[in-house]
Amino acid sequence: MSTAETEVDVRRTPGLVPVTETMRTVEREPGAAPAGPPAAAPPPSRPVAAFWRLLGSELGLTFRRPRNQVMLAVLASVPLLIGIGLRIAAGDEAVGGLIGAVAGNSLMLTFVSFSFLVLLLMPVSVAVVGGDSVAGEAGAGTLRYLLAAPAGRTRLLAVKYLNAVLFAYAVTIVVALSALVTGLVLFPVGPVTLLSGSTVSVAEGLLRILVTVGYVGAGMAALAAIAVALSTFTEVSIGAIAATMVLVIVAQVIRAIPQLDFLAPYLLPTWWTRFDAVLRSPIDLAALGQGLLVFGAYIGLFCSIAWARFTGKDITS
Amino acid sequence: MTVVTHEAGAPSGAAPPSGDPGDAIVTHGLTKRFRGGQVAVDALDLTVPRGSVFGFLGPNGSGKTTTIRMLLGLVAPTAGDYSVLGMPLARALPRVGALVEGPAFYPYLSGEANLLRFDAADPTAAGATARTRVGEALERVGLSAAAGKRFRNYSLGMRQRLAIAAALLGPRELLVLDEPTNGLDPQGTREVRALVKEIAADGTTVFVSSHLLAEVEQMCTHAAIMRTGNLVAQGTIASLNGGLTTRIRVETPDAADAARVLDALGLADVRSAAPEVTAELGGQAPEEINAALVREGVAVRGLAVVRPSLEDVFVGLTGEGFDVDG
Repeated sequence: MSTAETEVDVRRTPGLVPVTETMRTVEREPGAAPAGPPAAAPPPSRPVAAFWRLLGSELGLTFRRPRNQVMLAVLASVPLLIGIGLRIAAGDEAVGGLIGAVAGNSLMLTFVSFSFLVLLLMPVSVAVVGGDSVAGEAGAGTLRYLLAAPAGRTRLLAVKYLNAVLFAYAVTIVVALSALVTGLVLFPVGPVTLLSGSTVSVAEGLLRILVTVGYVGAGMAALAAIAVALSTFTEVSIGAIAATMVLVIVAQVIRAIPQLDFLAPYLLPTWWTRFDAVLRSPIDLAALGQGLLVFGAYIGLFCSIAWARFTGKDITS
Repeated sequence: MTVVTHEAGAPSGAAPPSGDPGDAIVTHGLTKRFRGGQVAVDALDLTVPRGSVFGFLGPNGSGKTTTIRMLLGLVAPTAGDYSVLGMPLARALPRVGALVEGPAFYPYLSGEANLLRFDAADPTAAGATARTRVGEALERVGLSAAAGKRFRNYSLGMRQRLAIAAALLGPRELLVLDEPTNGLDPQGTREVRALVKEIAADGTTVFVSSHLLAEVEQMCTHAAIMRTGNLVAQGTIASLNGGLTTRIRVETPDAADAARVLDALGLADVRSAAPEVTAELGGQAPEEINAALVREGVAVRGLAVVRPSLEDVFVGLTGEGFDVDG
């Protein structure tokens, strides 16, 4: 800055001066600046760095926001409650089934926690962040200033979606970590007995938890795509959040009706619960792969809808 | 990087619409028809010369904000084209500071954090200098002391100032200020006016919309007048006023006598409406008219030289009072 200020255009005051970059801009693009008026802001010299900076700003907003922190805290507390409940239940006498499986091995609590959370609480928190992404900015009026900055519509949407995906993974990781720590404290550590009846080592068990986190996170990222797409259609974030949750609940109702079974393979919740494929021996990669394909299809479809809507929309808020 | 696409001007690659490259803003037949058929802006041909302080006047609802939203790429025009700073919009916008329809910030962030957020959205702004530039912008509008305070706790005037600070974050060639004195107390209004003058003195073009005629007259070198989506007039303040003549107004109980005297002095367009008589001043000296009136025994209670104001221009052009609008 200090060298720059010596080259300041004398017609401007320090606060407004483009410093040395002004000079470089003119040199780099001789035809760009019309004669007479001074050239100003440099062109996007490092678009990648600028993209990460905007994403960083977005992540800062998301993770520093008290509402989102509370959601993460609630999600972290659920495995703890489940763990304590199971510990009490298992303390009475030797029990089989689910309680027995968890009581017998600390790592199982992670899978049990996911099966409790993956259908409602995790989708709610992802829907809140995704549904708020564009609609929240529009409702607050900050969207017009971001776009006039100019953030660029495609660029802003990409940042918003990436942010929602990262939050979805944060949610998944928080649940897994909380369950893992709770499990290690309350239950014995040892080889994990799978649904197929065979056992794997603790290291292998941890690896399978990692695979589960990757898979469930992708499932939540697919929901985030729906939420962000709906978010581009309204200026009221609660509307986009509620609409996303309605879709999740309707999908679960459809799954509960036997006559509508043929629809189940097209619904996200069907595939969210398929993470139990990691508890087969060997891991049911076909099921996981098919789930990931469905998630990918949802992401592709809803990101396209969001893009088409957002890039063609009049911002009147 | 798509900013806006519309039939007339692709955001990049396309040649800017014709016009003097020295103009900060040029529009040709710019039209916006909202869904439902309401025409907000109708075939607007606007030319804002570089270096001017351009007053964009019109009653509330006359299409000023819609025009500004089109210029910033927020709203796509239904027809017509425009160019900002003579270059594609995506390249022009980083050089444009904007205040659109009042301040809008994140209530749970501090003033400084809010500005950093908007600075991060500009792909041409360097992150390394962000804090310095934010600090300078805050100082410029007198908010340094409140930099760490949450926006939620800002007063109306502080919010407005923060919005102006956001418009001053980078090196700007054009500043678009939509109703910048809204919600400000008289002291704040004076400060904004002083700031606009200072910024203009630096060579930055300032495009300021207002529904306050007096404000524009005090700040601006040029003006355009909008009415229900149409441009009624544009030009320098002097040329807009030029169409009207300076008049003399005499307040007197003897209106008939006064009118006779003014007539005898050769003043044109004498109008009598007791207790006032007005006439075009022409080249005559007001003090001599006063002396003549007194000589003729007309009781003069008040005498004033009435220079034409933009309001008169507006009334003359539209036949309506300025504040009347639907």
